Amino acid sequence: MNLTLKIWRQKGPEDKGKLVDYKVNDISEHMSFLEMMDVLNEQLIEQGDEPVAFDHDCREGICGMCSMYINGEAHGPDRGVTTCQLHMRMFNDGDTIYIEPFRAAAFPVIKDLVVDRTAFERIQQAGGYISVNTSGNTQDANAIPISKHAADEAMDAATCIGCGACVATCKNSSAMLFVGAKVSQYALLPQGQVEAADRVRNMVAQMDLEGFGNCTNTGACEIECPKGISLENIARMNREFLSASFIDS
Amino acid sequence: MSVLDSKVPKGPIKDKWTTYKDKINLVNPANKRNIDVIVVGTGLAGGSAAATLAELGYNVKAFAYQDSPRRAHSIAAQGGINAAKNYQGDGDSTYRLFYDTVKGGDYRSREANVYRLAEVSANIIDQCVAQGVPFARDYGGLLDNRSFGGVLVSRTFYAKGQTGQQLLLGAYSAMNRQIARGKIQMYNRHEMLDVVKIDGKARGIIARNLITGEIERHSAHAVVIASGGYGNVYFLSTNAMGSNATAAWKIHKKGAFFANPCYTQIHPTCIPRSGDYQSKLTLMSESLRNDGRIWVPKNIKDAKAIQQGKLKPTQIAEEDRDYYLERRYPAFGNLVPRDVASRAAKERCDAGYGVNATGEAVYLDFASAIQRYGKEQAKIHGIKNPSKEKITELGEAIVEAKYGNLFQMYEKIVDENPYKTPMMIYPATHYTMGGVWVDYNLMTTVKGLYCIGEANFSDHGANRLGASALMQGLADGYFVLPYTIGDYLADEIRTGAIATDTKEFEEVESEVKERINFFINNKGSKSVDYFHKRLGKIMWDKVGMSRNEKGLKEAMAEIKALREEFWKEVKVPGKAEEMNPELEKAGRVADFLELGELFAKDALMREESCGGHFREESVELEGEQKGEAKRNDKEFAFVAAWEYKGEPADAVLHKEALEFNDIELKQRSYK
Repeated sequence: MNLTLKIWRQKGPEDKGKLVDYKVNDISEHMSFLEMMDVLNEQLIEQGDEPVAFDHDCREGICGMCSMYINGEAHGPDRGVTTCQLHMRMFNDGDTIYIEPFRAAAFPVIKDLVVDRTAFERIQQAGGYISVNTSGNTQDANAIPISKHAADEAMDAATCIGCGACVATCKNSSAMLFVGAKVSQYALLPQGQVEAADRVRNMVAQMDLEGFGNCTNTGACEIECPKGISLENIARMNREFLSASFIDS
Repeated sequence: MSVLDSKVPKGPIKDKWTTYKDKINLVNPANKRNIDVIVVGTGLAGGSAAATLAELGYNVKAFAYQDSPRRAHSIAAQGGINAAKNYQGDGDSTYRLFYDTVKGGDYRSREANVYRLAEVSANIIDQCVAQGVPFARDYGGLLDNRSFGGVLVSRTFYAKGQTGQQLLLGAYSAMNRQIARGKIQMYNRHEMLDVVKIDGKARGIIARNLITGEIERHSAHAVVIASGGYGNVYFLSTNAMGSNATAAWKIHKKGAFFANPCYTQIHPTCIPRSGDYQSKLTLMSESLRNDGRIWVPKNIKDAKAIQQGKLKPTQIAEEDRDYYLERRYPAFGNLVPRDVASRAAKERCDAGYGVNATGEAVYLDFASAIQRYGKEQAKIHGIKNPSKEKITELGEAIVEAKYGNLFQMYEKIVDENPYKTPMMIYPATHYTMGGVWVDYNLMTTVKGLYCIGEANFSDHGANRLGASALMQGLADGYFVLPYTIGDYLADEIRTGAIATDTKEFEEVESEVKERINFFINNKGSKSVDYFHKRLGKIMWDKVGMSRNEKGLKEAMAEIKALREEFWKEVKVPGKAEEMNPELEKAGRVADFLELGELFAKDALMREESCGGHFREESVELEGEQKGEAKRNDKEFAFVAAWEYKGEPADAVLHKEALEFNDIELKQRSYK
């Protein structure tokens, strides 16, 4: 198939940036979206132009590195996939495709389609852990039974890949699905209880500091999340946050 | 001739590690504050090492080329992690895990290291649960296990099909705690481009800031390389696009020996290549082989019709199918180890029986599993005389519960429904057992320079068992290196901070800059990928699943020629002082172009078949094992550690003899 691409080009954080038109021809429907981008970049290098910078790594939907906003949707039109798992069979010959970076005040553009997501790092550093040192003698892994239901639910929350699609999708640029997922994982497990109140307070405080917006229950994040992280995690975080306010810090 | 000292402690294998730890030098907490350690790579090995070293009190500087440590490729491991917990009471023990690992590695690993790995495996699970890793549990709330290829017990712990992700996020959370405390300084989007040695000791690295292009000097009292494997030398592999061998190769060029590069694991259950544009291959967990039956058409005419799209697999009658693994290996059938399954697929496809347009695919069929489970469910639910549709429906539900995420992934990529038509699979490069040579302390042949995880060579011999990579990465990072590095650092407490404004740093920095400037200024005509793809093709065709003398010699010459062409013709757009992904790739491919040649040289030297290394000249000629791989313990029971001497072809071989005192050497038989 032959396609017209309208791609956001921006030399650096200070540059204004603009959409630039490109044409790619003979794209196979079996290609992944990023393989189509590879074809474009090879073409640009051959012509002596600068290739489009975009983040990507594992190309199997788990590292969370790829991050494009395609035709107005994070990770493009398919559901439950990242951009690297999006296939060209989702498009038609002659289509015009708009490709932009994830946009949010807390995710400044570094170059072209590459954004800075280190705000997520700082939120995790504020409390996304259990304070246990490495030693050969923590208690036996089976010492505390955990109900299958709780373990499975914690796993569903922990499956977040930190790609930022939720933020890019949200009209408020809220990171509450991302933060809620981490808070939930530990809130559901006995090991996470000890520091639960501090954790939620600190992570939420950092989230606000980074300039992410608040949740207004639109639910777009849940739909665009490539891992299907549920909105329940936001509800659980709010509950944890509220109950933490009754505990002295 | 050998200068290799493995430093394996004396004494019975069961006591070696404990006794050694008891006597090892320690650094007191006040002194640890004055010691810096650099960790390159933040996957399971690097992430766990960085966190643990920081907990101990060292100042850690950690480097990752991704924008977060959480994105290292350990995250993509699906199946699970082995540990000798014996929770299932099925006879597992430290010794049995040790035995299985040595046997699975075709008797080419160092016994003492493997025993230690098995010994600390149980601690890993305890540690991860304490960190909040949500492993799968049974209804009683206890941890669940599954079994994996090549072993007879259930010792694999898992978190759905995302075990690597959960373990990495565990290590990442431990790192985050230390980053918050200021004990780890995290350098995201940084790539190590060389190591700096002062008076023979590793004292720092030169790194490039991948956002600004700035070249930075970082010093430390010890340097730990945890940069993963070199599978991307094949261009197409299941590794991440950025996975590279640069850190490992650069230390090799500065004196670290590189061991057994020819030991590479080709994983049998990957989604086949569909065209020349393909950028990577996707692996599906080998757990699929528990229920899937592998076959190709028995008649060449059917195979041709399938390749041309004129026939569908479901139209081929049962008697016209060749379940070649069940035919060749009746005892293990579809569950033979990875290397055996991969070669058998290649053998059928080379003979013309492949089942897609490229001729490089075999079927993995769940139809009989669906029927088997369906009938079982009908009985459980008391359904008398169930219809064929009902059986299929019940069976599909069970298969979905077990493999749903994999089936969905397959359907997304291939656009075919694997419940209704057999999956297509083909082997792909997955893991590299070879790597930087290390002693028992995980130190390389350069003082103060350590190598852990997939980047080193130590534990898997010539073939790695499923669910053992995660185990080794975390064992090295959480439980081995933090002890052994103390023994070295105990002598560094009076050294003081290492200055970076020295001639040693300056020299290495200018080498690095020179190379970058060369790429930017070289007005070649071909992109980096053009060369990488050609290298990959040489490697796959001649140094792939099956190797022979003629092909290996050709490969060495071809890689050398390609390397020369690369340095003349490579074209790198953009500037050095900016984010420049093409420049990053150029440096990595330049290193692969050297590593590939040493890889072929090592394969040429090893005139035996063992594990993932199959030499066509070394096969059993008669008897029950006719045509199977033939190991040669008399001449090749050694680790091949190569010393850099300028050109890869000039590398000098050092041998570390492998002694087996606790395990009897046997032929691996899966017949």
